[in-house]
Amino acid sequence: MSLKSVQVNSGGKEKNTYDAIVIGSGISGGWAAKELCDLGLKTLVLERGRDVQHLKDYPTMMKKPWEFAHRGRMSNQFLKENPLISKAAGFAEDTQHFFIKDNDHPYVQDKPFDWIRGYQVGGKSLIWGRACQRWSKYEFEAPAKLGYGIDWPIRYEDVAPWYSHVEKFIGVCGNKDGIESMPDGEFLPPFDFNCVETHVKQTLLREYKNRFLVQGRWAHLSKPNDIHLQQGRGQCQARNLCMRGCPYGSYFSSNSTTLPWAAKTGNLTVRPFSVVHSIIYDEQKGKATGVRIIDSNTKEVTEYYSKIIFLNASSLNSNLVLLNSTSNRFPNGLGNDSETLGKYVGFHLYRGFVNASFEGFTDKYYYVRNPTEGILANYRNLGKQEMDYVGGFTTFSAAYRTRATQSADKPQLGGDFKDAISKPGPWEMYMYMQGETVPKKTNHVRLSDTEKDQWGIPLLVTSVGYDDNDEKMVKDFLEQSQEMLTKAGGKILNAIDNKQPPGLDIHEMGGARMGRDPKTSMLNEWNQLHHCKNVFVTDGACMTSTGNQSPSILYMTLTARAANHAVAELKKGNL
Amino acid sequence: MNRREALAATATLLGVTITGAQMFLSGCTPTEKKISSLSDIDTALLDEIGDTILPETASSPGAKAARIGEFMKTIVSDCYSELEQKTFVDGIGKLLALCRDTYNDSFVNLSPSKRIELLTKLDTEAASFSSTKKEDGPDHYFSMIKQLTLWGYFTSEPGATKALRYVPIPGRYDGCVDYNGEPAWLY
Repeated sequence: MSLKSVQVNSGGKEKNTYDAIVIGSGISGGWAAKELCDLGLKTLVLERGRDVQHLKDYPTMMKKPWEFAHRGRMSNQFLKENPLISKAAGFAEDTQHFFIKDNDHPYVQDKPFDWIRGYQVGGKSLIWGRACQRWSKYEFEAPAKLGYGIDWPIRYEDVAPWYSHVEKFIGVCGNKDGIESMPDGEFLPPFDFNCVETHVKQTLLREYKNRFLVQGRWAHLSKPNDIHLQQGRGQCQARNLCMRGCPYGSYFSSNSTTLPWAAKTGNLTVRPFSVVHSIIYDEQKGKATGVRIIDSNTKEVTEYYSKIIFLNASSLNSNLVLLNSTSNRFPNGLGNDSETLGKYVGFHLYRGFVNASFEGFTDKYYYVRNPTEGILANYRNLGKQEMDYVGGFTTFSAAYRTRATQSADKPQLGGDFKDAISKPGPWEMYMYMQGETVPKKTNHVRLSDTEKDQWGIPLLVTSVGYDDNDEKMVKDFLEQSQEMLTKAGGKILNAIDNKQPPGLDIHEMGGARMGRDPKTSMLNEWNQLHHCKNVFVTDGACMTSTGNQSPSILYMTLTARAANHAVAELKKGNL
Repeated sequence: MNRREALAATATLLGVTITGAQMFLSGCTPTEKKISSLSDIDTALLDEIGDTILPETASSPGAKAARIGEFMKTIVSDCYSELEQKTFVDGIGKLLALCRDTYNDSFVNLSPSKRIELLTKLDTEAASFSSTKKEDGPDHYFSMIKQLTLWGYFTSEPGATKALRYVPIPGRYDGCVDYNGEPAWLY
């Protein structure tokens, strides 16, 4: 289908005009909508997927394990048809409706890259991991200082107040630990450590001095404040079934929090089933004037207009939209004078996993389930080059009791067997890594010259792979994690490099990076396209480097900061 | 009316053979049919096998109460690959043949001690098979039966709530509590 062959149904320009358009309703798009609506802008949110209303559209949230036909597992036929999406973290029979199906949304892989997507109102905010550590000053400074990237145009001090703004609103539990590599935030009470986690934490402090295992900083309302009650959200009940959608609205999602909040202002319009084709650029005005969409059901093309546009389509889809927004002025994609669009894509290194068993502590247990994990703050290359690789890694870790086994000299079936294995067994603890990767020009995405999706939009080609820096970091993680668990008295069970393709981390970033110099970057310090100032890109596409912290809260923070800047500039008549 | 009577009564009243019912009336079926597909396997036979692996004890019901046969058939049918299905189906045939060769009787007619004796033999065989098989090779059929039984039982209502402790809405998390021999949490 070519756009020219389709009647553009504008429905009257006035009717389709808003103050602001937000492309995408996920974790950052929801924040753009919330801030812009709060600041009085009539805001249209375009979402390519179906609508998902808080509570009403969480069909599995209260189901018991035995109410699932396959007790969580997907059918063999589904797995055959969906080898990609069924690999995603958290994907199972109870959550599968919040993920895409492989065949609906093809893309082209130059190298293996698992692109995990959730196309619905709320996007992947329904199924995110919920970890919310702040970036440290080291992460903003390191790429330029240690020579593996361009300089971020912002520093920790620029985002710190906006982190606070976001944390207070979404609710983040955690302990104030006073660690330089992972600054404290505005925390609700943390979830406890269990006895083995406490033991390992103390061992690491004693053995290493600078290795801090701290309680999870997770977007959970461990103890709601007034603002959260105003949002209609309640206290976390520690079910740890978050990804089904929470009946109490206790973890943060666009659906439970930002979108309903924005709707209450009366300024919000959400249009589901709206696949964005491109951003419309007006050569006379020298700025963007609107967004062209294709209705995913009717395939009808419609244009919407606004003064400012926030692009929050998810990292790689925001790249796709910019690449597909061509004009005489920008033949290679909107704002792409630097020719960096689609390039310098990064991700997080998730390949390393270590676990160990622990003797003892058998007189201790815990009460049911911790919905968070412990975080061992990065201890590598802090402010200086110490290793044979650049960047650092965060380690997530938790201890738990396995199920007991029947002693080997007894029958492994029968009544005694059943009673024995119904009891808790020995303790185990795991560690897995979230490592920084180096954004490189060669790690890129581009539009396919030949293949198009069902709406006639070119398919995205991913050309993203690992490098030697990644290999060295995985090796170091595996060595160090085994050493730490061993020093704490653990017996190593596994130390695995799972070699999973990039993308499965679901932390793909970059392609439209921020920078000081318009010649080498796409966005300025306010997430504005250098060359089209009324377009703001505030999802993961904006990332200059990947850092080693969980990125979602930084996207939310940059979005809130940019939205407030955008409205201030609008008022000054600068946009 | 107990379960056995209910099934027999239903079969009689409807005038048709209900899958599983004939196993409870095994005296009426002197020869076992050949097992060549999943649908040839009687749910009640799988219930009895599962219930031998995880029988009722003083503390909790057995796998039969968790309708383990129905669960096994659902998973094998929907979630197993063709090769795995074949291994499972052929395996049940082997189990029945072994039963007949050893005891000259059908599994459901065996005394509890003979059932345990037979399945313990298979369990040992499966364990030895697992230790030597290729990593991506198919499991021994008895490993499949046992895995399905354990998985299905402990995620069933009786298994989760009577053998284990299932708390759908804990309300809070305590990191450290004293442990005095209670069952494990479901998860």
